[in-house]
Amino acid sequence: MPSETSRLAVRKTYKLYVGGAFPRSESGRSYPVYSAKGTWMANAVLASRKDVRDAVAAARKAFPGWAGRTAYNRGQILYRIAEMLEGRRDQFATEVAEAEGLDRAAALAVVDASVDRWVWYAGWADKIAQVLGNANPVAGPYFNLSTPEPTGVVGVVAPAESSLLGLVSVMAPVIVTGNTAVLLASEERPLPAVTFAEVLATSDLPGGVVNLLTGRVSELLPWLASHFDVNAIDLTGVTDPELAAEAERAAAENLKRVVRPPQGPVDWSADPGLERMTAFVETKTVWHPKGM
Amino acid sequence: MRKLAGMTATTPLPAVADLVNMPEAWRTLLHGLPSVDQVGAEQRAAMLATRSIKTTSKAWALDLAIRMVDLTTLEGADTPGKVRALCAKARRPDPTDPHCPQVAAVCVYPSMVSTAAAYLAGTGIKVASVATAFPSGQAPLEVKLADTRAAVAAGADEIDMVIDRGAFLAGRYSEVFDQIAAVKQACGNAHLKVILETGELATLDNVRRASWLAMVAGADFIKTSTGKVQPAATLPVTLVMLEAVRDFRERTGRQVGVKPAGGIRTAKDALRYLVLVNETAGPDWLDPAWFRFGASSLLNDLLMQRAKLATGHYSGHDYVTLD
Repeated sequence: MPSETSRLAVRKTYKLYVGGAFPRSESGRSYPVYSAKGTWMANAVLASRKDVRDAVAAARKAFPGWAGRTAYNRGQILYRIAEMLEGRRDQFATEVAEAEGLDRAAALAVVDASVDRWVWYAGWADKIAQVLGNANPVAGPYFNLSTPEPTGVVGVVAPAESSLLGLVSVMAPVIVTGNTAVLLASEERPLPAVTFAEVLATSDLPGGVVNLLTGRVSELLPWLASHFDVNAIDLTGVTDPELAAEAERAAAENLKRVVRPPQGPVDWSADPGLERMTAFVETKTVWHPKGM
Repeated sequence: MRKLAGMTATTPLPAVADLVNMPEAWRTLLHGLPSVDQVGAEQRAAMLATRSIKTTSKAWALDLAIRMVDLTTLEGADTPGKVRALCAKARRPDPTDPHCPQVAAVCVYPSMVSTAAAYLAGTGIKVASVATAFPSGQAPLEVKLADTRAAVAAGADEIDMVIDRGAFLAGRYSEVFDQIAAVKQACGNAHLKVILETGELATLDNVRRASWLAMVAGADFIKTSTGKVQPAATLPVTLVMLEAVRDFRERTGRQVGVKPAGGIRTAKDALRYLVLVNETAGPDWLDPAWFRFGASSLLNDLLMQRAKLATGHYSGHDYVTLD
């Protein structure tokens, strides 16, 4: 009888998520990822500037289709992602516990908070227009209507510390309004993000709406921030103030919207408010003559 | 008869006069060509496609590729306004960079030739026109000749004719030859590009035969495709055609150009073709006079890659024209 320990370990290959597929880096590079306690866990992909380029191209390609969906449909798809996330509760609890050095109960609480956060944002899909939009009173026989529209392709640097709740809290508000995203996962704790990409791939989210890269933020961010086909950039996870300032300067070249890194530590379990959604929408106003 | 009669490197080609009205002579000539190893051609094309072109070589190659573009619009919905816009783009592909080269030619339907010619006068950019009942080529010869003459009279510098694939595939080689020769005559001083429509020729052997047939009949260029049939230009097909023009110059001393058209959309694709040209026909063909790309969306990608090299950051579709 083979004993339990004689079974070969089946280790997971952590890859990128670009255009709905799971490629390795075009560069072929990888880097070791350690748990909070310092033990080696896996090799993650060390993405290159060309992976950034491919991810932006995939996000751009997916944008018209995703932005063109009805808000109600986007909400359904986001809710579906929460369902898939809930089904993998144990797996995420294990990965979050190892990455962040939490005990089991605390890790489970983080996963639950992440699912709840996602569901909260999913609910906003068909409500944000009522809150941000308006029928403006004008001095003439016209309807004057303002509605929020997605900004386009958004580059996001996910929080460095909070590997799942932080990731969810920056990803959901970008895509719920119809943007597509290129995310740089936490450099030290990328594994929950890659597993989250598997959740996205098994939901109904169209390929390319979220593209996830792992690697060195200092290497990838300058390419993302200077890319002329990126419309906005969220620097939340950038820990080096000089790197953030450089990214902001590069972003100004084509007038990207910029969300600056937070001052001091962030409590990701707090009520997020609407700021992250309103940061990546444009207000479109139309005039229409009033009938008789 | 089939042991490469008349097709070794030393013996001269039969005089064209001997071939006219002699279907058997054509069969002997074309079927005597060495057959193409399809797997070998695909493998060689794939191998050359892995060559890496970087930094200054890439900058040089991108500019060369832009200079080789036949900027094309062949839609039923073409209007004079659209052709004018295309001509403006041909003259100044990147309005933000005065060093960006012009394209080689603008390729349009015969009815748009006079519009394009008026806009391109004095720029050195050629006006190319498809003719001969493009894209099917299924029309009486008189119609094809009238089509050609009209395009030349309207100011076309280059005529892109289609061969009668039905006749070619049925083995009526002399008929195809006569048609090409007649169109060549109708062209006068205009350059003649012969479209083989390789997507309909089924085998690489047929591509080689059609290439030789067109070259013997007087083609100045051989072109892969109309762009209306899939597959259009591919690397293996272009490889075979480049071998044909190389062998033809060795045999006759006359150089013939090659134009892949259709399906070439990215700068990376274009660079792969340039590698293929250099390694197959040789550097003599690395010139807009001898190699062209029939394309429309390719130019935007070339411009974006060029901008990336010049500025150091990636460009986007918001910074090139919508065609």
